[in-house]
Amino acid sequence: MLHIYCPFCREERDEEEFSYAGEAHIQRPLDPESLSDEEWGDYLFFRTNAKGIHHEMWYHIAGCRRYFNVTRDTLSYQILESYLISQQPGVRAKQTASAEQGEQPNAN
Amino acid sequence: MKKYSVFNLFTNALSYHENWQRAWRSPKPKSDYDVVIVGGGGHGLATAYYLAKVHGVTNVAVVEKGYLGGGNTARNTTIVRSNYLWDEAAALYEFALKLWEDLSQELNFNVMFSQRGVLNLGHTLQDMRDIERRVNANRLNGIDGEVLTPQQIQEIVPLLNCSPSSRYPVLGASWQPRGGTARHDAVAWGYARGADSYGVDLIQQTEVTGIRRENGAVVGVETNKGFIGARKVACVTAGNSGVVAAMAGLRLPVESRPLQALVSEPLKPCLDTVVMSNAVHGYISQSDKGDLVIGAGVDGYNGYGQRGSFNVVEHTVQAICELFPAFSRVRMNRQWGGIVDTCPDACPIISKTSVDGLFFNCGWGTGGFKATPGSGYVFADTVANNRPHPLAKPFALDRFYSGALIDEHGAAGVAH
Ligand SMILES: Cc1cc2nc3c(=O)[nH]c(=O)nc-3n(C[C@H](O)[C@H](O)[C@H](O)COP(=O)(O)OP(=O)(O)OC[C@H]3O[C@@H](n4cnc5c(N)ncnc54)[C@H](O)[C@@H]3O)c2cc1C
Ligand SMILES: [Zn+2]
Repeated sequence: MLHIYCPFCREERDEEEFSYAGEAHIQRPLDPESLSDEEWGDYLFFRTNAKGIHHEMWYHIAGCRRYFNVTRDTLSYQILESYLISQQPGVRAKQTASAEQGEQPNAN
Repeated sequence: MKKYSVFNLFTNALSYHENWQRAWRSPKPKSDYDVVIVGGGGHGLATAYYLAKVHGVTNVAVVEKGYLGGGNTARNTTIVRSNYLWDEAAALYEFALKLWEDLSQELNFNVMFSQRGVLNLGHTLQDMRDIERRVNANRLNGIDGEVLTPQQIQEIVPLLNCSPSSRYPVLGASWQPRGGTARHDAVAWGYARGADSYGVDLIQQTEVTGIRRENGAVVGVETNKGFIGARKVACVTAGNSGVVAAMAGLRLPVESRPLQALVSEPLKPCLDTVVMSNAVHGYISQSDKGDLVIGAGVDGYNGYGQRGSFNVVEHTVQAICELFPAFSRVRMNRQWGGIVDTCPDACPIISKTSVDGLFFNCGWGTGGFKATPGSGYVFADTVANNRPHPLAKPFALDRFYSGALIDEHGAAGVAH
Protein backbone atom coordinates (compact mmCIF):
# COMPACT_ATOMS: atom_id res chain seq x y z
CA MET A 1 0.00 0.00 0.00
CA LEU A 2 1.36 3.38 -0.97
CA HIS A 3 1.47 6.20 1.55
CA ILE A 4 0.97 9.40 -0.34
CA TYR A 5 1.65 12.86 0.99
CA CYS A 6 -1.09 15.32 0.07
CA PRO A 7 0.39 18.83 -0.16
CA PHE A 8 -3.01 20.33 0.67
CA CYS A 9 -3.88 18.19 3.67
CA ARG A 10 -0.20 18.21 4.63
CA GLU A 11 -0.38 14.61 5.67
CA GLU A 12 0.55 11.15 4.51
CA ARG A 13 -2.53 9.07 3.79
CA ASP A 14 -3.22 5.56 2.51
CA GLU A 15 -3.36 4.91 -1.20
CA GLU A 16 -7.04 4.02 -0.98
CA GLU A 17 -7.98 7.64 -0.28
CA PHE A 18 -6.56 8.64 -3.67
CA SER A 19 -7.16 7.89 -7.27
CA TYR A 20 -4.55 7.97 -9.97
CA ALA A 21 -5.01 10.54 -12.70
CA GLY A 22 -2.31 9.67 -15.22
CA GLU A 23 0.97 11.15 -16.34
CA ALA A 24 1.68 14.69 -15.22
CA HIS A 25 2.89 17.71 -17.23
CA ILE A 26 0.91 16.91 -20.37
CA GLN A 27 -0.28 20.24 -21.63
CA ARG A 28 -3.50 20.67 -23.49
CA PRO A 29 -2.67 21.97 -26.96
CA LEU A 30 -2.85 25.76 -27.05
CA ASP A 31 -4.10 25.87 -30.61
CA PRO A 32 -6.16 22.70 -31.13
CA GLU A 33 -7.36 23.79 -34.59
CA SER A 34 -3.89 23.64 -36.03
CA LEU A 35 -3.01 20.19 -34.76
CA SER A 36 -2.34 17.33 -37.16
CA ASP A 37 -3.87 13.89 -36.56
CA GLU A 38 -0.47 12.69 -35.38
CA GLU A 39 -0.19 15.46 -32.84
CA TRP A 40 -3.73 14.81 -31.55
CA GLY A 41 -3.07 11.07 -31.29
CA ASP A 42 0.14 11.77 -29.44
CA TYR A 43 -1.52 14.14 -27.00
CA LEU A 44 -4.46 11.82 -26.32
CA PHE A 45 -2.97 8.35 -26.24
CA PHE A 46 0.82 8.18 -26.15
CA ARG A 47 2.54 8.21 -22.79
CA THR A 48 6.10 7.79 -21.57
CA ASN A 49 5.16 4.77 -19.44
CA ALA A 50 8.48 5.16 -17.66
CA LYS A 51 10.18 2.27 -15.91
CA GLY A 52 11.75 4.20 -13.06
CA ILE A 53 11.17 7.86 -12.26
CA HIS A 54 7.65 8.91 -13.24
CA HIS A 55 5.76 12.17 -12.73
CA GLU A 56 2.08 11.55 -12.23
CA MET A 57 -1.11 13.21 -11.05
CA TRP A 58 -3.08 12.01 -8.05
CA TYR A 59 -6.52 13.06 -6.90
CA HIS A 60 -7.29 13.08 -3.18
CA ILE A 61 -10.77 11.84 -3.86
CA ALA A 62 -11.69 10.74 -0.33
CA GLY A 63 -10.03 13.76 1.22
CA CYS A 64 -9.67 17.34 0.07
CA ARG A 65 -10.68 16.40 -3.50
CA ARG A 66 -7.78 18.26 -5.02
CA TYR A 67 -5.22 17.25 -7.65
CA PHE A 68 -1.46 17.35 -7.20
CA ASN A 69 1.65 15.77 -8.68
CA VAL A 70 3.83 13.02 -7.34
CA THR A 71 7.24 11.79 -8.45
CA ARG A 72 7.38 8.02 -7.97
CA ASP A 73 9.73 5.25 -8.98
CA THR A 74 7.55 2.76 -10.87
CA LEU A 75 9.99 -0.06 -10.20
CA SER A 76 10.61 0.34 -6.45
CA TYR A 77 7.32 2.24 -5.86
CA GLN A 78 9.21 4.71 -3.71
CA ILE A 79 7.53 8.12 -3.64
CA LEU A 80 10.14 10.83 -3.96
CA GLU A 81 8.06 13.98 -3.68
CA SER A 82 4.61 15.53 -3.85
CA TYR A 83 4.25 18.96 -5.44
CA LEU A 84 1.67 21.31 -6.86
CA ILE A 85 0.43 21.02 -10.42
CA SER A 86 1.84 24.47 -11.15
CA GLN A 87 5.32 23.46 -10.03
CA GLN A 88 8.12 21.59 -11.74
CA PRO A 89 9.44 18.35 -10.22
CA GLY A 90 12.53 18.52 -8.02
CA VAL A 91 13.60 15.00 -8.91
CA ARG A 92 14.08 13.93 -12.51
CA ALA A 93 15.09 10.74 -14.29
CA LYS A 94 18.67 10.55 -15.44
CA GLN A 95 18.76 11.23 -19.15
CA THR A 96 19.53 8.15 -21.18
CA ALA A 97 22.06 8.29 -23.99
CA SER A 98 19.42 8.18 -26.70
CA ALA A 99 17.35 10.87 -25.02
CA GLU A 100 20.38 13.16 -24.97
CA GLN A 101 20.76 12.70 -28.68
CA GLY A 102 17.20 13.92 -28.93
CA GLU A 103 15.92 10.56 -30.13
CA GLN A 104 13.41 10.03 -27.40
CA PRO A 105 10.36 12.11 -28.23
CA ASN A 106 9.32 14.65 -25.67
CA ALA A 107 6.90 13.58 -22.97
CA ASN A 108 4.59 16.48 -23.62
CA MET B 1 11.73 -34.06 -33.35
CA LYS B 2 10.72 -37.32 -31.70
CA LYS B 3 6.93 -37.52 -31.66
CA TYR B 4 5.17 -38.00 -28.36
CA SER B 5 2.98 -41.09 -28.60
CA VAL B 6 1.76 -44.00 -26.51
CA PHE B 7 4.32 -46.17 -28.26
CA ASN B 8 7.18 -43.80 -27.32
CA LEU B 9 5.89 -43.56 -23.79
CA PHE B 10 6.07 -47.33 -23.59
CA THR B 11 9.56 -47.70 -25.09
CA ASN B 12 10.92 -44.90 -22.91
CA ALA B 13 9.44 -46.53 -19.85
CA LEU B 14 11.76 -49.46 -20.54
CA SER B 15 14.74 -47.16 -20.00
CA TYR B 16 13.16 -45.49 -16.94
CA HIS B 17 12.35 -42.31 -18.93
CA GLU B 18 15.98 -41.30 -18.82
CA ASN B 19 16.51 -41.08 -22.57
CA TRP B 20 13.81 -38.73 -23.81
CA GLN B 21 15.03 -36.31 -26.42
CA ARG B 22 15.28 -32.75 -25.08
CA ALA B 23 12.23 -30.69 -26.05
CA TRP B 24 14.48 -28.04 -27.64
CA ARG B 25 18.15 -27.22 -28.12
CA SER B 26 20.01 -24.42 -26.33
CA PRO B 27 22.01 -23.01 -29.22
CA LYS B 28 24.62 -20.27 -29.23
CA PRO B 29 23.26 -17.29 -31.14
CA LYS B 30 24.40 -16.94 -34.74
CA SER B 31 25.73 -13.59 -35.87
CA ASP B 32 22.81 -12.94 -38.17
CA TYR B 33 19.13 -13.90 -38.63
CA ASP B 34 16.31 -13.09 -41.01
CA VAL B 35 14.04 -12.40 -38.05
CA VAL B 36 14.83 -11.83 -34.38
CA ILE B 37 11.82 -12.13 -32.10
CA VAL B 38 12.27 -10.27 -28.83
CA GLY B 39 10.38 -12.00 -26.00
CA GLY B 40 9.91 -15.74 -25.54
CA GLY B 41 6.40 -15.74 -24.12
CA GLY B 42 3.55 -17.65 -25.70
CA HIS B 43 2.98 -14.97 -28.34
CA GLY B 44 6.64 -14.73 -29.35
CA LEU B 45 7.05 -18.50 -29.54
CA ALA B 46 3.82 -18.90 -31.52
CA THR B 47 5.06 -16.21 -33.91
CA ALA B 48 8.30 -18.14 -34.42
CA TYR B 49 6.42 -21.38 -34.97
CA TYR B 50 4.10 -19.98 -37.64
CA LEU B 51 6.92 -18.05 -39.32
CA ALA B 52 8.73 -21.33 -39.80
CA LYS B 53 5.78 -23.56 -40.49
CA VAL B 54 3.50 -21.39 -42.61
CA HIS B 55 5.99 -19.02 -44.23
CA GLY B 56 9.12 -21.17 -44.42
CA VAL B 57 11.13 -18.49 -42.59
CA THR B 58 13.38 -20.64 -40.41
CA ASN B 59 16.46 -18.47 -39.94
CA VAL B 60 14.82 -17.07 -36.83
CA ALA B 61 15.90 -16.50 -33.24
CA VAL B 62 13.70 -15.91 -30.21
CA VAL B 63 15.65 -13.86 -27.66
CA GLU B 64 14.31 -14.13 -24.12
CA LYS B 65 15.77 -12.36 -21.11
CA GLY B 66 14.57 -14.96 -18.60
CA TYR B 67 13.25 -18.40 -19.39
CA LEU B 68 10.69 -19.36 -22.03
CA GLY B 69 7.13 -18.58 -21.03
CA GLY B 70 8.22 -17.06 -17.71
CA GLY B 71 6.46 -13.71 -18.22
CA ASN B 72 2.72 -13.17 -18.23
CA THR B 73 2.30 -16.49 -19.98
CA ALA B 74 3.33 -18.16 -16.72
CA ARG B 75 1.33 -15.80 -14.55
CA ASN B 76 -2.09 -15.72 -16.12
CA THR B 77 -5.32 -17.39 -15.10
CA THR B 78 -5.65 -19.09 -18.52
CA ILE B 79 -9.20 -18.12 -19.41
CA VAL B 80 -9.88 -18.64 -23.10
CA ARG B 81 -13.01 -17.26 -24.81
CA SER B 82 -13.92 -15.22 -27.87
CA ASN B 83 -17.10 -13.39 -26.92
CA TYR B 84 -15.86 -9.87 -27.67
CA LEU B 85 -18.27 -7.14 -28.72
CA TRP B 86 -16.89 -5.57 -31.89
CA ASP B 87 -16.49 -7.38 -35.22
CA GLU B 88 -12.74 -6.77 -35.45
CA ALA B 89 -11.97 -8.12 -32.00
CA ALA B 90 -14.48 -10.96 -32.24
CA ALA B 91 -12.91 -12.09 -35.53
CA LEU B 92 -9.41 -12.12 -34.07
CA TYR B 93 -10.28 -13.91 -30.83
CA GLU B 94 -12.56 -16.39 -32.57
CA PHE B 95 -9.79 -17.18 -35.05
CA ALA B 96 -7.56 -17.93 -32.04
CA LEU B 97 -10.26 -20.04 -30.37
CA LYS B 98 -10.56 -22.17 -33.50
CA LEU B 99 -6.80 -22.74 -33.45
CA TRP B 100 -7.01 -23.73 -29.77
CA GLU B 101 -9.52 -26.42 -30.63
CA ASP B 102 -6.93 -28.61 -32.31
CA LEU B 103 -3.72 -27.14 -30.95
CA SER B 104 -2.71 -30.27 -29.03
CA GLN B 105 -2.79 -32.30 -32.26
CA GLU B 106 -1.10 -29.53 -34.22
CA LEU B 107 1.80 -29.29 -31.75
CA ASN B 108 1.88 -32.95 -30.68
CA PHE B 109 1.87 -31.52 -27.17
CA ASN B 110 -1.02 -31.67 -24.73
CA VAL B 111 -2.00 -28.06 -24.05
CA MET B 112 -4.85 -29.31 -21.88
CA PHE B 113 -7.38 -27.07 -23.57
CA SER B 114 -10.60 -27.68 -21.68
CA GLN B 115 -13.80 -26.23 -23.13
CA ARG B 116 -15.60 -26.13 -19.83
CA GLY B 117 -17.57 -22.98 -20.63
CA VAL B 118 -17.23 -19.41 -19.40
CA LEU B 119 -19.90 -17.49 -17.49
CA ASN B 120 -19.87 -13.69 -17.24
CA LEU B 121 -22.21 -12.70 -14.43
CA GLY B 122 -24.49 -9.68 -14.51
CA HIS B 123 -25.36 -8.02 -11.20
CA THR B 124 -27.21 -4.91 -12.32
CA LEU B 125 -29.76 -4.04 -14.97
CA GLN B 126 -27.08 -2.24 -16.93
CA ASP B 127 -24.83 -5.34 -16.75
CA MET B 128 -27.71 -7.36 -18.19
CA ARG B 129 -28.34 -4.90 -21.03
CA ASP B 130 -24.63 -5.04 -21.92
CA ILE B 131 -24.64 -8.82 -21.75
CA GLU B 132 -27.66 -9.12 -24.04
CA ARG B 133 -26.11 -6.72 -26.51
CA ARG B 134 -22.79 -8.56 -26.50
CA VAL B 135 -24.35 -12.02 -26.84
CA ASN B 136 -26.45 -10.80 -29.76
CA ALA B 137 -23.37 -9.33 -31.41
CA ASN B 138 -21.50 -12.59 -30.84
CA ARG B 139 -24.23 -14.67 -32.41
CA LEU B 140 -24.33 -12.41 -35.45
CA ASN B 141 -20.61 -13.12 -35.77
CA GLY B 142 -21.14 -16.87 -35.55
CA ILE B 143 -19.75 -17.10 -32.02
CA ASP B 144 -21.58 -19.30 -29.56
CA GLY B 145 -23.29 -17.49 -26.72
CA GLU B 146 -26.40 -17.55 -24.61
CA VAL B 147 -27.98 -15.34 -21.98
CA LEU B 148 -28.76 -17.44 -18.92
CA THR B 149 -31.25 -16.89 -16.11
CA PRO B 150 -30.26 -17.25 -12.45
CA GLN B 151 -31.97 -20.68 -12.37
CA GLN B 152 -29.90 -21.91 -15.30
CA ILE B 153 -26.73 -20.52 -13.72
CA GLN B 154 -27.49 -22.24 -10.44
CA GLU B 155 -27.77 -25.55 -12.26
CA ILE B 156 -24.33 -25.09 -13.83
CA VAL B 157 -22.66 -23.74 -10.67
CA PRO B 158 -24.39 -25.15 -7.59
CA LEU B 159 -21.95 -23.43 -5.21
CA LEU B 160 -22.68 -19.93 -6.51
CA ASN B 161 -24.77 -17.76 -4.23
CA CYS B 162 -27.73 -16.88 -6.48
CA SER B 163 -30.01 -15.76 -3.69
CA PRO B 164 -31.77 -12.45 -4.46
CA SER B 165 -30.70 -11.09 -1.08
CA SER B 166 -26.98 -11.59 -1.63
CA ARG B 167 -24.70 -8.58 -1.66
CA TYR B 168 -24.08 -9.01 -5.39
CA PRO B 169 -27.36 -10.45 -6.67
CA VAL B 170 -26.92 -12.56 -9.79
CA LEU B 171 -29.44 -11.35 -12.37
CA GLY B 172 -28.14 -13.43 -15.24
CA ALA B 173 -25.02 -14.20 -17.22
CA SER B 174 -23.56 -14.65 -20.63
CA TRP B 175 -22.44 -18.20 -21.33
CA GLN B 176 -19.91 -19.27 -23.93
CA PRO B 177 -19.78 -23.08 -23.86
CA ARG B 178 -16.75 -23.28 -26.17
CA GLY B 179 -14.68 -21.12 -23.83
CA GLY B 180 -12.59 -22.60 -21.06
CA THR B 181 -9.03 -22.89 -19.85
CA ALA B 182 -5.70 -24.26 -21.07
CA ARG B 183 -2.40 -25.14 -19.50
CA HIS B 184 -0.24 -21.99 -19.65
CA ASP B 185 3.22 -23.61 -19.65
CA ALA B 186 2.22 -26.27 -22.12
CA VAL B 187 1.29 -23.66 -24.70
CA ALA B 188 4.70 -22.01 -24.47
CA TRP B 189 6.53 -25.33 -24.41
CA GLY B 190 4.51 -26.80 -27.26
CA TYR B 191 5.22 -23.84 -29.52
CA ALA B 192 8.86 -23.76 -28.41
CA ARG B 193 9.35 -27.43 -29.24
CA GLY B 194 7.57 -27.02 -32.56
CA ALA B 195 9.58 -23.93 -33.54
CA ASP B 196 12.84 -25.61 -32.52
CA SER B 197 12.03 -28.60 -34.70
CA TYR B 198 11.94 -26.26 -37.72
CA GLY B 199 15.37 -24.92 -36.79
CA VAL B 200 14.39 -21.76 -34.88
CA ASP B 201 17.04 -20.85 -32.28
CA LEU B 202 15.57 -20.29 -28.80
CA ILE B 203 18.03 -18.12 -26.92
CA GLN B 204 17.28 -17.78 -23.23
CA GLN B 205 18.90 -15.69 -20.48
CA THR B 206 19.69 -13.00 -23.04
CA GLU B 207 18.27 -9.53 -22.66
CA VAL B 208 17.81 -7.16 -25.55
CA THR B 209 19.26 -3.82 -24.50
CA GLY B 210 19.16 -1.88 -27.75
CA ILE B 211 17.78 -1.88 -31.26
CA ARG B 212 20.42 -0.93 -33.82
CA ARG B 213 19.20 1.02 -36.84
CA GLU B 214 20.84 2.35 -39.97
CA ASN B 215 19.12 4.75 -42.36
CA GLY B 216 15.75 4.29 -40.69
CA ALA B 217 15.84 0.48 -40.86
CA VAL B 218 16.71 -2.10 -38.21
CA VAL B 219 19.94 -4.02 -38.60
CA GLY B 220 19.86 -6.01 -35.37
CA VAL B 221 19.62 -6.01 -31.60
CA GLU B 222 22.15 -5.32 -28.89
CA THR B 223 22.00 -7.83 -26.07
CA ASN B 224 23.84 -8.33 -22.82
CA LYS B 225 25.69 -11.09 -24.65
CA GLY B 226 26.60 -9.11 -27.73
CA PHE B 227 25.12 -7.89 -31.00
CA ILE B 228 22.81 -10.10 -33.09
CA GLY B 229 22.16 -9.01 -36.67
CA ALA B 230 18.63 -9.15 -38.09
CA ARG B 231 16.77 -7.97 -41.17
CA LYS B 232 13.56 -7.83 -39.16
CA VAL B 233 12.95 -7.45 -35.44
CA ALA B 234 9.59 -8.47 -34.00
CA CYS B 235 8.95 -7.34 -30.42
CA VAL B 236 6.53 -9.33 -28.28
CA THR B 237 7.46 -8.15 -24.83
CA ALA B 238 4.12 -7.50 -23.09
CA GLY B 239 4.59 -5.20 -20.07
CA ASN B 240 8.08 -4.21 -21.17
CA SER B 241 7.01 -3.09 -24.64
CA GLY B 242 7.31 0.58 -23.78
CA VAL B 243 10.89 0.06 -22.65
CA VAL B 244 11.77 -1.88 -25.81
CA ALA B 245 10.07 0.71 -28.03
CA ALA B 246 12.13 3.45 -26.42
CA MET B 247 15.26 1.57 -27.57
CA ALA B 248 14.22 2.45 -31.09
CA GLY B 249 13.21 6.00 -30.16
CA LEU B 250 9.49 5.16 -30.33
CA ARG B 251 6.62 5.64 -27.95
CA LEU B 252 3.57 3.39 -27.69
CA PRO B 253 0.06 4.08 -26.44
CA VAL B 254 0.47 1.47 -23.70
CA GLU B 255 0.80 1.80 -19.96
CA SER B 256 2.24 -0.96 -17.81
CA ARG B 257 0.44 -2.06 -14.69
CA PRO B 258 0.51 -5.03 -12.35
CA LEU B 259 -2.30 -7.56 -12.56
CA GLN B 260 -2.56 -10.14 -9.82
CA ALA B 261 -3.74 -13.66 -9.33
CA LEU B 262 -3.76 -16.14 -6.50
CA VAL B 263 -4.31 -19.87 -6.04
CA SER B 264 -5.62 -21.89 -3.14
CA GLU B 265 -4.59 -25.21 -1.70
CA PRO B 266 -5.83 -28.10 -3.87
CA LEU B 267 -9.45 -29.11 -3.27
CA LYS B 268 -11.65 -31.94 -4.50
CA PRO B 269 -13.40 -31.03 -7.78
CA CYS B 270 -16.11 -28.47 -6.99
CA LEU B 271 -16.16 -25.98 -9.86
CA ASP B 272 -16.16 -27.32 -13.40
CA THR B 273 -16.57 -24.09 -15.32
CA VAL B 274 -15.15 -20.56 -15.36
CA VAL B 275 -17.06 -17.84 -13.48
CA MET B 276 -16.23 -14.22 -14.16
CA SER B 277 -17.70 -11.05 -12.77
CA ASN B 278 -16.56 -7.74 -14.14
CA ALA B 279 -18.68 -5.78 -11.72
CA VAL B 280 -16.97 -7.17 -8.63
CA HIS B 281 -13.52 -7.57 -10.20
CA GLY B 282 -13.11 -11.27 -9.69
CA TYR B 283 -12.97 -14.42 -11.70
CA ILE B 284 -12.42 -17.99 -10.69
CA SER B 285 -11.91 -21.50 -12.01
CA GLN B 286 -10.47 -24.74 -10.65
CA SER B 287 -7.30 -26.20 -12.09
CA ASP B 288 -6.90 -29.89 -12.85
CA LYS B 289 -4.66 -30.08 -9.79
CA GLY B 290 -7.59 -28.85 -7.70
CA ASP B 291 -6.43 -25.33 -6.83
CA LEU B 292 -8.92 -22.53 -7.11
CA VAL B 293 -7.38 -20.06 -9.54
CA ILE B 294 -8.53 -16.52 -8.78
CA GLY B 295 -7.82 -13.45 -10.85
CA ALA B 296 -7.91 -9.99 -9.33
CA GLY B 297 -8.20 -6.53 -10.82
CA VAL B 298 -5.45 -4.44 -12.29
CA ASP B 299 -3.67 -1.84 -10.15
CA GLY B 300 -4.95 1.70 -10.42
CA TYR B 301 -1.57 3.15 -11.39
CA ASN B 302 1.47 2.38 -13.54
CA GLY B 303 4.05 0.03 -12.12
CA TYR B 304 6.72 -2.44 -13.06
CA GLY B 305 7.06 -4.13 -9.64
CA GLN B 306 5.74 -7.61 -10.24
CA ARG B 307 3.59 -7.86 -7.15
CA GLY B 308 0.59 -5.49 -7.16
CA SER B 309 -1.30 -3.71 -4.43
CA PHE B 310 -2.68 -5.64 -1.52
CA ASN B 311 -5.98 -3.77 -1.42
CA VAL B 312 -6.75 -4.99 -4.95
CA VAL B 313 -6.45 -8.62 -3.92
CA GLU B 314 -8.44 -7.92 -0.80
CA HIS B 315 -11.39 -6.54 -2.81
CA THR B 316 -11.34 -9.54 -5.11
CA VAL B 317 -11.27 -12.06 -2.30
CA GLN B 318 -14.14 -10.26 -0.58
CA ALA B 319 -16.19 -10.54 -3.76
CA ILE B 320 -15.32 -14.20 -4.28
CA CYS B 321 -16.40 -15.00 -0.72
CA GLU B 322 -19.72 -13.23 -1.30
CA LEU B 323 -20.30 -15.14 -4.52
CA PHE B 324 -19.06 -18.47 -3.15
CA PRO B 325 -19.68 -18.53 0.60
CA ALA B 326 -18.39 -22.13 0.63
CA PHE B 327 -14.91 -20.88 -0.29
CA SER B 328 -14.62 -18.49 2.63
CA ARG B 329 -12.42 -20.84 4.63
CA VAL B 330 -10.24 -22.07 1.79
CA ARG B 331 -6.58 -21.26 2.40
CA MET B 332 -4.63 -19.45 -0.27
CA ASN B 333 -1.26 -20.86 -1.25
CA ARG B 334 0.37 -18.30 -3.50
CA GLN B 335 -0.19 -14.82 -4.90
CA TRP B 336 1.73 -13.04 -7.65
CA GLY B 337 1.57 -10.25 -10.18
CA GLY B 338 2.46 -9.80 -13.83
CA ILE B 339 3.04 -6.54 -15.66
CA VAL B 340 0.37 -6.06 -18.29
CA ASP B 341 0.55 -3.61 -21.18
CA THR B 342 -2.81 -1.87 -21.18
CA CYS B 343 -4.05 0.01 -24.24
CA PRO B 344 -6.52 2.93 -24.26
CA ASP B 345 -9.14 0.81 -26.08
CA ALA B 346 -8.37 -2.52 -24.35
CA CYS B 347 -7.30 -3.99 -27.69
CA PRO B 348 -3.87 -5.16 -28.83
CA ILE B 349 -1.40 -3.51 -31.16
CA ILE B 350 -0.19 -5.72 -34.00
CA SER B 351 1.71 -3.40 -36.22
CA LYS B 352 4.57 -2.25 -38.37
CA THR B 353 6.30 0.86 -37.07
CA SER B 354 7.92 3.94 -38.54
CA VAL B 355 11.24 2.06 -38.41
CA ASP B 356 11.65 -0.28 -41.40
CA GLY B 357 11.73 -3.92 -40.37
CA LEU B 358 10.62 -3.23 -36.80
CA PHE B 359 7.31 -4.76 -35.71
CA PHE B 360 5.36 -4.76 -32.46
CA ASN B 361 2.81 -7.16 -31.07
CA CYS B 362 1.73 -5.86 -27.67
CA GLY B 363 -1.03 -4.11 -25.77
CA TRP B 364 -2.78 -7.39 -24.98
CA GLY B 365 -3.03 -6.14 -21.45
CA THR B 366 -5.07 -8.24 -19.12
CA GLY B 367 -6.38 -10.69 -21.69
CA GLY B 368 -3.93 -11.93 -24.29
CA PHE B 369 -3.41 -15.54 -23.26
CA LYS B 370 -6.60 -16.60 -25.01
CA ALA B 371 -5.31 -15.11 -28.23
CA THR B 372 -1.87 -16.77 -28.17
CA PRO B 373 -2.29 -19.01 -31.24
CA GLY B 374 -4.13 -16.40 -33.30
CA SER B 375 -1.79 -13.61 -32.30
CA GLY B 376 1.24 -15.65 -33.33
CA TYR B 377 -0.41 -16.64 -36.60
CA VAL B 378 -1.39 -13.16 -37.78
CA PHE B 379 1.81 -11.57 -36.50
CA ALA B 380 3.98 -14.11 -38.33
CA ASP B 381 2.03 -13.33 -41.49
CA THR B 382 2.45 -9.60 -40.94
CA VAL B 383 6.20 -9.90 -40.36
CA ALA B 384 6.81 -12.34 -43.22
CA ASN B 385 4.92 -10.28 -45.80
CA ASN B 386 5.70 -6.82 -44.50
CA ARG B 387 2.02 -5.86 -44.49
CA PRO B 388 -0.76 -6.44 -41.99
CA HIS B 389 -2.63 -9.74 -42.03
CA PRO B 390 -6.31 -8.90 -42.75
CA LEU B 391 -7.32 -9.81 -39.19
CA ALA B 392 -4.48 -7.70 -37.77
CA LYS B 393 -5.12 -4.64 -39.92
CA PRO B 394 -7.63 -2.92 -37.59
CA PHE B 395 -5.11 -3.35 -34.76
CA ALA B 396 -2.32 -1.32 -36.34
CA LEU B 397 -0.85 1.70 -34.58
CA ASP B 398 -2.48 4.12 -37.01
CA ARG B 399 -5.83 3.66 -35.26
CA PHE B 400 -4.60 6.03 -32.56
CA TYR B 401 -4.22 8.73 -35.21
CA SER B 402 -7.32 7.99 -37.28
CA GLY B 403 -9.48 7.59 -34.18
CA ALA B 404 -10.76 4.17 -35.29
CA LEU B 405 -10.40 2.69 -31.81
CA ILE B 406 -12.00 -0.64 -31.01
CA ASP B 407 -13.45 -0.11 -27.58
CA GLU B 408 -13.51 -3.47 -25.84
CA HIS B 409 -13.57 -2.20 -22.28
CA GLY B 410 -16.91 -3.89 -21.77
CA ALA B 411 -15.99 -7.33 -23.06
CA ALA B 412 -12.42 -7.21 -21.82
CA GLY B 413 -13.71 -6.20 -18.42
CA VAL B 414 -11.28 -5.99 -15.59
CA ALA B 415 -8.94 -8.61 -16.75
CA HIS B 416 -8.58 -11.99 -18.46
C1 LIG C 1 -2.40 -12.24 -13.30
C2 LIG C 1 -2.72 -12.30 -14.75
C3 LIG C 1 -3.86 -12.97 -15.19
C4 LIG C 1 -4.18 -13.05 -16.53
N1 LIG C 1 -5.27 -13.78 -16.91
C5 LIG C 1 -5.55 -13.95 -18.22
C6 LIG C 1 -6.64 -14.80 -18.62
O1 LIG C 1 -7.32 -15.41 -17.78
N2 LIG C 1 -6.90 -14.93 -19.94
C7 LIG C 1 -6.17 -14.28 -20.89
O2 LIG C 1 -6.46 -14.41 -22.06
N3 LIG C 1 -5.11 -13.48 -20.54
C8 LIG C 1 -4.78 -13.31 -19.23
N4 LIG C 1 -3.72 -12.51 -18.86
C9 LIG C 1 -2.96 -11.80 -19.90
C10 LIG C 1 -1.95 -12.72 -20.55
O3 LIG C 1 -1.14 -13.33 -19.57
C11 LIG C 1 -1.04 -11.96 -21.50
O4 LIG C 1 -1.78 -11.10 -22.35
C12 LIG C 1 -0.25 -12.90 -22.39
O5 LIG C 1 0.26 -13.98 -21.65
C13 LIG C 1 0.87 -12.16 -23.06
O6 LIG C 1 1.73 -13.08 -23.68
P1 LIG C 1 3.08 -12.59 -24.26
O7 LIG C 1 3.78 -13.77 -24.84
O8 LIG C 1 2.85 -11.43 -25.15
O9 LIG C 1 3.85 -11.98 -22.99
P2 LIG C 1 4.82 -12.66 -21.92
O10 LIG C 1 4.46 -14.05 -21.61
O11 LIG C 1 4.91 -11.69 -20.78
O12 LIG C 1 6.19 -12.69 -22.71
C14 LIG C 1 6.99 -11.55 -22.92
C15 LIG C 1 8.41 -11.97 -22.73
O13 LIG C 1 9.28 -10.94 -23.15
C16 LIG C 1 10.43 -11.01 -22.36
N5 LIG C 1 11.15 -9.75 -22.45
C17 LIG C 1 10.75 -8.52 -22.03
N6 LIG C 1 11.68 -7.60 -22.29
C18 LIG C 1 12.71 -8.25 -22.89
C19 LIG C 1 13.98 -7.84 -23.39
N7 LIG C 1 14.38 -6.56 -23.31
N8 LIG C 1 14.80 -8.77 -23.94
C20 LIG C 1 14.41 -10.07 -24.02
N9 LIG C 1 13.22 -10.50 -23.56
C21 LIG C 1 12.38 -9.61 -23.00
C22 LIG C 1 9.88 -11.31 -20.98
O14 LIG C 1 10.88 -11.87 -20.14
C23 LIG C 1 8.74 -12.28 -21.28
O15 LIG C 1 9.10 -13.63 -21.16
C24 LIG C 1 -3.37 -12.41 -17.51
C25 LIG C 1 -2.21 -11.73 -17.09
C26 LIG C 1 -1.88 -11.68 -15.73
C27 LIG C 1 -0.63 -10.97 -15.31
ZN1 LIG D 1 -5.73 16.22 0.41
